[in-house]
Amino acid sequence: MSADNAYAIELKGVSFKRGTRSIFENIDIRIPRGKVTGIMGPSGSGKTTLLRLMGAQLRPSAGQVWVNGQNLPELSRSDLFDARKHMGVLFQSGALFTDLDVFENVAFPLRVHTQLPEEMIRDIVLLKLQAVGLRGAFELMPDELSGGMKRRVALARAIALDPQILMYDEPFVGQDPIAMGVLVRLIKLLNDALGITSVVVSHDLDETASIADYLYVVGDGQVLGQGTPEELMGSDNPRIRQFMTGDPDGPVPFHYPAADYREDLLGKR
Amino acid sequence: MQNRTIETGVGLFLLAGILALLLLALRVSGLSASAATDSYKLYANFDNIAGLTVRAKVSMAGVTIGRVTAIDLDRDTFTGRVTMEVQKKVDNLPIDSTASILTAGLLGEKYVGISVGGDDGLLKDGSTIHDTQSSLVLEDLIGKFLLNTVSKDAK
Amino acid sequence: MRKKSLMERIRLLGRSAIDIVAVFGRSGIFLVHALFGRGGISGGFQLLVKQLYSVGVMSLAIIVVSGMFIGMVLSLQGFSILANYGSEQAVGQMVALTLLRELGPVVTALLFAGRAGSALTAEIGNMKSTEQLSSLEMIGVDPLKYIIAPRLWAGFISLPLLAMIFSVVGIWGGSWVAIDWLGVYEGSFWANMQNSVSFSDDVINGVIKSVVFAFVVTWIAVFQGYDCEPTSEGISRATTKTVVYASLAVLGLDFILTALMFGDF
Repeated sequence: MSADNAYAIELKGVSFKRGTRSIFENIDIRIPRGKVTGIMGPSGSGKTTLLRLMGAQLRPSAGQVWVNGQNLPELSRSDLFDARKHMGVLFQSGALFTDLDVFENVAFPLRVHTQLPEEMIRDIVLLKLQAVGLRGAFELMPDELSGGMKRRVALARAIALDPQILMYDEPFVGQDPIAMGVLVRLIKLLNDALGITSVVVSHDLDETASIADYLYVVGDGQVLGQGTPEELMGSDNPRIRQFMTGDPDGPVPFHYPAADYREDLLGKR
Repeated sequence: MQNRTIETGVGLFLLAGILALLLLALRVSGLSASAATDSYKLYANFDNIAGLTVRAKVSMAGVTIGRVTAIDLDRDTFTGRVTMEVQKKVDNLPIDSTASILTAGLLGEKYVGISVGGDDGLLKDGSTIHDTQSSLVLEDLIGKFLLNTVSKDAK
Repeated sequence: MRKKSLMERIRLLGRSAIDIVAVFGRSGIFLVHALFGRGGISGGFQLLVKQLYSVGVMSLAIIVVSGMFIGMVLSLQGFSILANYGSEQAVGQMVALTLLRELGPVVTALLFAGRAGSALTAEIGNMKSTEQLSSLEMIGVDPLKYIIAPRLWAGFISLPLLAMIFSVVGIWGGSWVAIDWLGVYEGSFWANMQNSVSFSDDVINGVIKSVVFAFVVTWIAVFQGYDCEPTSEGISRATTKTVVYASLAVLGLDFILTALMFGDF
């Protein structure tokens, strides 16, 4: 059992198939401890699947997923339950429980994993809400919150148990500049203040690159490139270049495969 | 708190359901609280039990005193053997009582009516009523009627 | 549109058949895991109570109103038909037997499928598409035990109760029409009914039917929500499927159960 301290998460030789389609073939990813790592790539490259593999929501068809010195697919139910205490996930849509108010949403992981008395739970919940700037909103219901506020509450819920690893699934999608700025700041702040490891899955280049210490670019079922944001900017791999510069045509073509243009127009149908 | 309303609502709902079941049991189906052990068995053989079903009433003077619990074919006598459970408190039926299969109302269902005889001996658990009158079958009735008319004309 | 060759059509047909079997298998595993899987939830009773409220109590309104109307209509129709045979006094037993044996369980199940069933499907489908189910998993709570199981049990308990309430309300409505409006003698109305309605044959069989329907309708509703595609179209398709499949299942099972219970085998 490898307890490699430098890396909080390691995917070793992981393959994942959905039905007969292979999403990942023999992929290796190492997430350094205590830093913000971004996982980027074009849509449909399976970035969210990677997150789910790291969170043991999905089992790999081959390979190992080491998180905090434990190979997740091999864990028993109760061990996996304990392991989840140390992982927090922020889903794309916030995923607040719609029938509970803000307070109860944030308190939920505490009630599931601990037997703390009510006063302590109350204190912790208010602390977490304060960290995301929403302490005054603790009585509201999720449908009374704006999109950005929902995500912040979801973030408070994700850090309720002070996890060592935080995973963000497309946190920047569809946010206005202010909300975006808030989130970016929070992610960096939490990472540095709490000394946790953050994994951000996103296709938002600018935001992710601004806070990430290390980046992975995935596509076609494998890692296309990895390195610090500066290293990747200067990469000569055409696929990485296309992604980093946002060039509409390149290794990912503009045109959907079609018959010859001239033949089509001249009525060969 | 919101919880209170929910709990009260659910409680009322469950009560309503149980109440409905009770109502159905007592008022609609006329289930009575009499236990099965308060009865004794009587048998009767009929030439024709047509229309009589299990669970039909057994009554005397119009008062229900029991139920039909089984109907079988008696292989030795080729008659229909009816098993009845009669309430224990009706324990003074003379041995020569008659059991007839009657119809309740015009389109009604069949039931067993018992009329008293005059003997001193009494029917006990497991006794058989010997004097029986079979169910009236419509065709026989019509046949009888026609026969009567024909013989009248013939006279 | 590309024209499909015969071979392709046959292949698609075979694929659909296999898919249908796969769905049955998936839904079976789903059910067993939700009801009997390890890992109970603390506070499960609270969850059940909440679901009983939203599934059962909220359906009361439509059940009571429908029951009353159906009972009244039965009485009206029955009276006019029985009058042809001079047997108006039998209207009580007609209404009671029809409701207890057939309409009570069946109509309640159909209404339940439409009101509570579709609501369950939509709710669960919505939870799936907003990743609430995934969140629960990540926090370490099994959504099958936390979300699905309470709703299943709530349906199993509620529908039989609703069916009985339906029958009682219907009989009462029928009695009101027959006695107060059509002039049937009150004594014979109830006496005839009591004489011909057997608790073990009619009432209990009706309850058994509604228990079977409860099982099937709730199972379908909850599974369709859980299995749907996590998009708005997916949810609306799933809701339609719930109502259609559940209704067909209820009617089909009703035939089988009626043949078993009241047929002459």
